[in-house]
Amino acid sequence: MSRNKILFGIGVLAFVSVIVTVRLGGFLVDNEYRQPDRQVAAEEALGETELTPRQQGIADEQAADEAEARALPYEEAEYRTVPFVGSRVTVWVLAQLHLLFAAFVLAVPMFAFIIEFIGYVKKEERYDKLAYEFTKLLSVSFSMTATFGAFLTFGLIILYPKFTNYLMHIFSPTFLPYVLLFFLEALFLYSYYYGWGKFGPKVHLFLGFMLNVVGTAIMFIANAWLTFMMSPGKREDLDGDGVPDFVSAVSESGALLSLRDAFFNFTWMPINIHRIIANVAFGGSIAAAYAAFRYLQAKTDEEKAHFDWMGYIGNFVAIIAFLPLPFAGYYLASEIYAFSQTLGIQMMGGTFSWLFVIQAAVIGNLFLGANYYLWLGMGRIEGTAHFQKFIKYLLIAIALCFAVWATPRYAIASVSEIAAMGGSSHPQLSYLGQMSAKNTAVNILILSTYMSFLLYRRTGKQSTHPQRQLLSRAQVIVFAATAALVIFYGIYGYYVDAATRIRFAIPQVYSVLAAMAVITIIDLPLYRNARQPGETQWGKMPAISQYALIFIALSFTWLMGLMGYVRSGLRQEWHVYGVVLDTSPDAYTPTLGFATQVVSVTVLIFFGLIGVVFWLSSLSGKKAYEPKTAAELEGGQAA
Amino acid sequence: MDGFNLPVLLALVAVAGLLVWRRANTLTWLLFSWGALWAFFKYGFTVPIPQSVATIYLGITTLALVCFASSSRQRLAEVTSPIVRLIREPRYKLPLAALLVALPALAAYNVYADMNVPLEAPGFGREVHPSPNPTITVHGETIDMATADNPYTHLHEDDPEAYEEHLENGRRVYYENCFWCHGDGMGGDGMFAHGLNPVPSNFNDSGTLPILQSSFVHWRIALGGPGLPEGGTPWDSAMPAWEKFLTTEEMWDVNLFIYDFNGFEPRALGQH
Repeated sequence: MSRNKILFGIGVLAFVSVIVTVRLGGFLVDNEYRQPDRQVAAEEALGETELTPRQQGIADEQAADEAEARALPYEEAEYRTVPFVGSRVTVWVLAQLHLLFAAFVLAVPMFAFIIEFIGYVKKEERYDKLAYEFTKLLSVSFSMTATFGAFLTFGLIILYPKFTNYLMHIFSPTFLPYVLLFFLEALFLYSYYYGWGKFGPKVHLFLGFMLNVVGTAIMFIANAWLTFMMSPGKREDLDGDGVPDFVSAVSESGALLSLRDAFFNFTWMPINIHRIIANVAFGGSIAAAYAAFRYLQAKTDEEKAHFDWMGYIGNFVAIIAFLPLPFAGYYLASEIYAFSQTLGIQMMGGTFSWLFVIQAAVIGNLFLGANYYLWLGMGRIEGTAHFQKFIKYLLIAIALCFAVWATPRYAIASVSEIAAMGGSSHPQLSYLGQMSAKNTAVNILILSTYMSFLLYRRTGKQSTHPQRQLLSRAQVIVFAATAALVIFYGIYGYYVDAATRIRFAIPQVYSVLAAMAVITIIDLPLYRNARQPGETQWGKMPAISQYALIFIALSFTWLMGLMGYVRSGLRQEWHVYGVVLDTSPDAYTPTLGFATQVVSVTVLIFFGLIGVVFWLSSLSGKKAYEPKTAAELEGGQAA
Repeated sequence: MDGFNLPVLLALVAVAGLLVWRRANTLTWLLFSWGALWAFFKYGFTVPIPQSVATIYLGITTLALVCFASSSRQRLAEVTSPIVRLIREPRYKLPLAALLVALPALAAYNVYADMNVPLEAPGFGREVHPSPNPTITVHGETIDMATADNPYTHLHEDDPEAYEEHLENGRRVYYENCFWCHGDGMGGDGMFAHGLNPVPSNFNDSGTLPILQSSFVHWRIALGGPGLPEGGTPWDSAMPAWEKFLTTEEMWDVNLFIYDFNGFEPRALGQH
């Protein structure tokens, strides 16, 4: 008997067992024991049954419940609960799943549009094909986003009715434009997807552009709702004393004073910027994971080459977006700190600070994974020996920076360790736990990753530029000077006051961004007409490289879940910070362990669902179903 | 090299030199790198680093070495070929047998070492800085934590003599009340500090006073342990609520003094 038949048999057996158990239970309840009394039997025959004591009790209880229900006055519910899981976790998971799909749906059109545009300019069909491959993922994901959006909305209305009503009070004028934009997004998305090859390239590109505009606008509106919950107002120096005053968008009782201030609140723009960049990084990584999934399934060399290239591009998009992400995150965190000392301290020095150590570990892994994939990618190209020797130095730099970033300011330590250290911080390592060291580490990490990419880019190529030596040296000098400058600011930061030290982050960031721009500008003419004795062999990557892509996608997703929790959890017992207090049983801040477990389960659910998306998207490339011919059927029977 | 265990570092450098001299293969270098870093984290510091941090570092080391070994086919072959030879070639039977005994023995010793630790009271993880409520009440007066500032800071520019007087008053208050726990030099190492767990705050630390607004420090002085917020409970702080013993002016003065003594400035409102 085949394995499938056995599995089917087990399934049927399980189903039948459940039915039989339920029916048997019902039968036993219906036929409870009764005294074998002739008089009772006679009364039953006449239809004048006297109830048994148990039946009487049940009937009395039902009557009492009914009477109580009739007497109940109508009351507005503040909260409702979900058994076992709780309201907060339910809404948390639904919101996270909605957000992950939404981020994907917003991000993919951005780089699909850019890739299509490159294909249009370069007149190369392979770019167009790649953009279409990315877009294939959108259709099902869009439905998932809408489904979880509806789930979340109902979840909020059912479980947090009073608070949801309050948000309606503040933001009701924004809901109609939101729905309208959502409708337009559906229109542009489906016309972009189904219209592939049906419209002229300019019209199609216009549809893609509009899809991006509308998608971004939707996100900006939703961002206003959630940032209002964190910062319900703005800071402005009203009395001209140089000290910013808090201008609340609502009155002390919570009534709306200014929709404009509620919408364009203090943390709205930092979140917008952070989310756009993070979405692209996340979307790129998920698309790369899809390519990895297809690569591992691929049967032909052609398929392997295509999905290898797709994975490379997806990962490239993810890493390019990922490089400025720490800066955007730093900007958001500093704005939160500037808005409220309490929130800032809670985030960076209080309970939530430990999540940043976990974040550092995950981001370190991401950098390592991204570099690893690039180094493996050098194996696609012949003549890589020259560059292989640099890998160990890059790895040392990355591992050192990773270690610095993951060093906690105050370590988890036993009593004897604390006694030996004379406190919770180690006399030497505590220096690495400070902002100066961490900013330096992240900047060097970014520079090193960029160098890995540069090495990958020039693998197997020989520049034919007449000034190639001079230009290459100029690149090395820019890189070395930037690294020296970043390290100088990092060390000097220990000798100045906090305000100056914090400001050092700006020249560090700008010097790294400028160095990357300058090195790229030099690199473009340097390798424009390069000779390429070693050919790139797409599809020749070891399987482990594809698992690295899936690992990167998993890490991005987990990181989004974790940092989303930090941003949302920072409010602690407030629905709207300082305005609407959370009085539900879930108002407490969960332990870090519990929070990471919820994040992990959510990520697992998401990957289960994205697996369905991948599977559905891959169906379009499969052969059409053909019924078996009579000869085949006969052959099967004979066998 | 203050703070480092020099003999350990020298021994590691010597072994590395030996490997260079003997032109060791990639696998030996990888094993040495891991072992050397383990020894460095465990014995390389005069004050041992906490196990939790050493574990993070060794995790990163392991990941990095695995990435290095497998990041090219050639390197992977360099790393695996000695292992394959060890398993396949008959002349390595004895070392292979020794390895097969040594590996479980090492794992068993690791379990023994992990279990064989002295019993001690659990450590108290502390929040570095508790977050204050938006407003606090000190001596019946409500203070907005976001906007309140030390009322005497401006005297530094406007009336230096008066500023000095407040500073002197702060010095008196500190050495009458605070130094018992926070120490003569404010290092959190006063004569009572050894009896407290968690230990008192170290004001010399550049990660403490400079990142806090003076309103935060005022809150900690005035309301102490009893005034800690509900979030993050249970707290374990021996800091008294000094509003019961000092005037408001005395508390702002000592606030001024601890910043001045350590050469720090409070964080400004709205500062990033």
